[in-house]
Amino acid sequence: MLTLKIDGKEIAVDKGTTIIRAAEKLGIFIPNYCWHPGLSIAGNCRMCLVEVEKMPKPQIACHIQCQDGMVVNTQTEGVKKLREHILEFLLVNHPLDCPVCDQAGECWLQDYYMKFGLYNSRLNEKKVKKSAKARPIGPTIMLDSERCILCSRCVRFADEITKTSEFGIFNRGDHSEIGIYPGRELNNKYSGCVADICPVGALTDRDFRFKCRVWYLQKTESICPGCSRGCNITIEANLERPHHGHGERVMRLKPRYNDEVNDWWMCDAGRYGYKSIDHDRITEPIVRLNGVLKTADWSETISSLLKVFKELLKTSKDEIAVLISSDLTNEEIYLARKLFIKELGLDRVHLVRSRGEGDQDELLIRADKHPNRKGAEWVGFEENEKSIRKLLDDCIADKLKGLVIFGQDLVSLYPDRNVADILHKLELSVFIGSNHNLTSEQVQFALPAATYAEKNGTFTNFEGRVQRIRRSLVPLGESKSELEILMLFADKFGFNWNYKNEEAVFEGLKRSVSFFGGMTYEKIGKQGIKGNV
Amino acid sequence: MEKLISRFFEIPSAHKLSVYLEQGGFEAAKRALKNMKPEEIESEVKRSNLRGLGGAGFPCGMKWSFVPRNTGKPIYLVVNADEGEPGTFKDKYIMTYVPHLLLEGMILASYAVGIHKAFIYIRGEYEEPCVRLQAAVNEAYEKGYLGKNIFGTSFNLDVVVHRGAGAYICGEETGLLESLEGRKGYPRLKPPFPAVVGLFGCPTVINNVETLSYLPFIVNRSADWFAGLGTERNGGMRLFSVSGHVEKPGIYERPLGYPLRNLIEDAGGIRLRRGDPSGRPYKLKAVVPGGLSAAVLRADEIDVKMDFDSLKTIGSMGGSGGVIVMDETVSMVGALQITMQFFAHESCGQCSPCREGTGWIYRILNRVVSGKGRPGDIQNLLDIGAYLGGTTICALADGAQMTFLSYLKKFRSEFEEFIGGNVIPKGTYANA
Repeated sequence: MLTLKIDGKEIAVDKGTTIIRAAEKLGIFIPNYCWHPGLSIAGNCRMCLVEVEKMPKPQIACHIQCQDGMVVNTQTEGVKKLREHILEFLLVNHPLDCPVCDQAGECWLQDYYMKFGLYNSRLNEKKVKKSAKARPIGPTIMLDSERCILCSRCVRFADEITKTSEFGIFNRGDHSEIGIYPGRELNNKYSGCVADICPVGALTDRDFRFKCRVWYLQKTESICPGCSRGCNITIEANLERPHHGHGERVMRLKPRYNDEVNDWWMCDAGRYGYKSIDHDRITEPIVRLNGVLKTADWSETISSLLKVFKELLKTSKDEIAVLISSDLTNEEIYLARKLFIKELGLDRVHLVRSRGEGDQDELLIRADKHPNRKGAEWVGFEENEKSIRKLLDDCIADKLKGLVIFGQDLVSLYPDRNVADILHKLELSVFIGSNHNLTSEQVQFALPAATYAEKNGTFTNFEGRVQRIRRSLVPLGESKSELEILMLFADKFGFNWNYKNEEAVFEGLKRSVSFFGGMTYEKIGKQGIKGNV
Repeated sequence: MEKLISRFFEIPSAHKLSVYLEQGGFEAAKRALKNMKPEEIESEVKRSNLRGLGGAGFPCGMKWSFVPRNTGKPIYLVVNADEGEPGTFKDKYIMTYVPHLLLEGMILASYAVGIHKAFIYIRGEYEEPCVRLQAAVNEAYEKGYLGKNIFGTSFNLDVVVHRGAGAYICGEETGLLESLEGRKGYPRLKPPFPAVVGLFGCPTVINNVETLSYLPFIVNRSADWFAGLGTERNGGMRLFSVSGHVEKPGIYERPLGYPLRNLIEDAGGIRLRRGDPSGRPYKLKAVVPGGLSAAVLRADEIDVKMDFDSLKTIGSMGGSGGVIVMDETVSMVGALQITMQFFAHESCGQCSPCREGTGWIYRILNRVVSGKGRPGDIQNLLDIGAYLGGTTICALADGAQMTFLSYLKKFRSEFEEFIGGNVIPKGTYANA
């Protein structure tokens, strides 16, 4: 440990700590562009220059390591002047097209200029013309090199994180430009991250561009449901200006820092996987009568559904099957277990995949594309491909009468079996899910469920980390979370559960499953905690 | 006056090994490898007060002493032969006319520090010097003066000649290392310094061609003799590249501390008016004493001694020893314009102040030269210039700042007159 003083405040830090990190600990903000805690140090923007006593020149706080007895000043007249002039230099060739720039509102040039700028333009010269203005450099990212401040964050990201090295800085001096190497495009699995780390409007997200001004976005901390990694994300929704989104509520997802899970990053599949929240949704209960699909209200759907269900329970209990999904939250899986196994005494309650394995890499992406398989396993389910195939065979052999499906698209998952015909043969077929699919159209009862963005709960990632998802939006149309649907069922069956909310269900879960013991929503917090193994 | 390196420039075919040997070549290296310990050479070089003659003037022996010897990694010698500083052409002479002298110096430095692999990074435009140098390396290998068991001793040294691609910034030592490693010539953040983490992450000695070429003299004669040639802390001699408005431009080898006035006189004095029956010379207006990055001197400042410390005292620098003499026909506005064009063109573009500042200043000067100057321009230029240097990774911006502010401050009235009259001055290289 060594001790230094920053702006008169003393702090002890480990050897090797940079000034900017030490200042951070003291709550002293040092403006910076090129420095990013997840990337190597470039030291080129010069925005973080500070004065260090006994050093003749100002020093960059991102690179210089603290020394014992060092005295650093970040608030002197000299440092303020430096910041003014560095910003002035950065704007010499910047187009100042903020009114039409999608970065406005989250642009570090704007933000710093308001705080540290010169407020007195002296520029009379023509700006250097750069080659790329709104040029797509790949499927996800748009490049505007006029706005670029050449901090090289994107270059370092592609070199160091994805190791794909698409970016380079071409030419020299004030003709320098960020670009993609000839014959290539920015098309890696994490390409969207460069828009996150670009501090200015040079790299913008093609998916998000011009959909919504960022200051209208309502941000909710959540977890990406795209795979079993459970990357921490922020759901950014536009609720104030619905006409801007053409009916879409979720505008974008952003990664949220968690050094135990995803650092600062997320993959493109997760980032752009939010479309299903506002598209192809089942918004009302749908009932199939004599081959015709009809929308219905909840109470009539539930009562006619339960009529058949109760009948089956009486006559052929072992011919009813329930397919639990790893897309459900821990709380929902717990309630499903409680309802179907404990209260109703069903034998055939299986955990069934919603989708096959996908790609995997060494950075974030996991082959298991379910957000909560580990949670389902801890609650007591194990996936068994054989039992689902046996189930389908039993249907064909008329040995199954009722089936409750939690979102799985069986028609697509088992193309070798004629699942549609199988479903038609059943006396009771129920689909509980958020989006239309080939299976939801073949069942007797399709109940609209909420998406992960519309409910509270917890997921358990592949490493056993329990993390919270939070309700960002109200469930679309008539949809309800699976948790509410299960409680509705329980109520109609006459069980007196009395759970106030998801948190109350979690309290029950943790008493029942030791893996969750000792956890509370508060303790899980924003970063999650590991379960007891 | 005795000539050391430049003596060879006058000997025909001194670039050939046979001629170089006739002149006593490689004697120092042989003697050192056979009879001296590496530490002895290092301490001799320290005592000789040999300064880095590439531009920074850093004491050569001290630079070597920063190199850690026991890291388990190889130590590299990198010869900076990029010689990009405008007004400087001494290394070109050495490599063209006496390349073996450089090789001998390299053997001495390598032996002193414990180096077995050396790279010569030569400026891309230096085609003939490169051909001569490569031929010399080949000759030396054939003769057993490079490679394994040099002079029959157990000392090995391999030398690779690497051509640059013509960027000024690759003369900055860490920019050079980046380029040598195959990347864009962006100077590196310091610390760590190349002595500790240099080429391919290994400890590295980077010396200028001329610096190394003085080593054989120090070993042959003595450190005290060499130190005695110069001033107190500036040992020996150096090659001044004198260009511009003098009668006899060229290389002049003079001791450090030699007066600039005498140097100009040695170079034939200020050029004469051709066709003027009186034969009067032009009047001296300004001198750049140490390459383009050094602050310009007025005619009344030429009594300065040409050593690193004296030039620093008057706010300029010894730099690369490139002396550019300008007579009264030169417009300082135009001279500054092309000077700043150079820096704007050669800025690597890494640090914001240098990348944007040099170009901005150049464009303001362009406007001024094209006759559209405004009264506030000079003050703006001074303000911008104040933040150009001292804020960047390497010294390019510092040099640009030093020279830029010296023109503006020392010749301010000329700039004011020019902007006031808005006339294109004589001798301006306006490209507007």
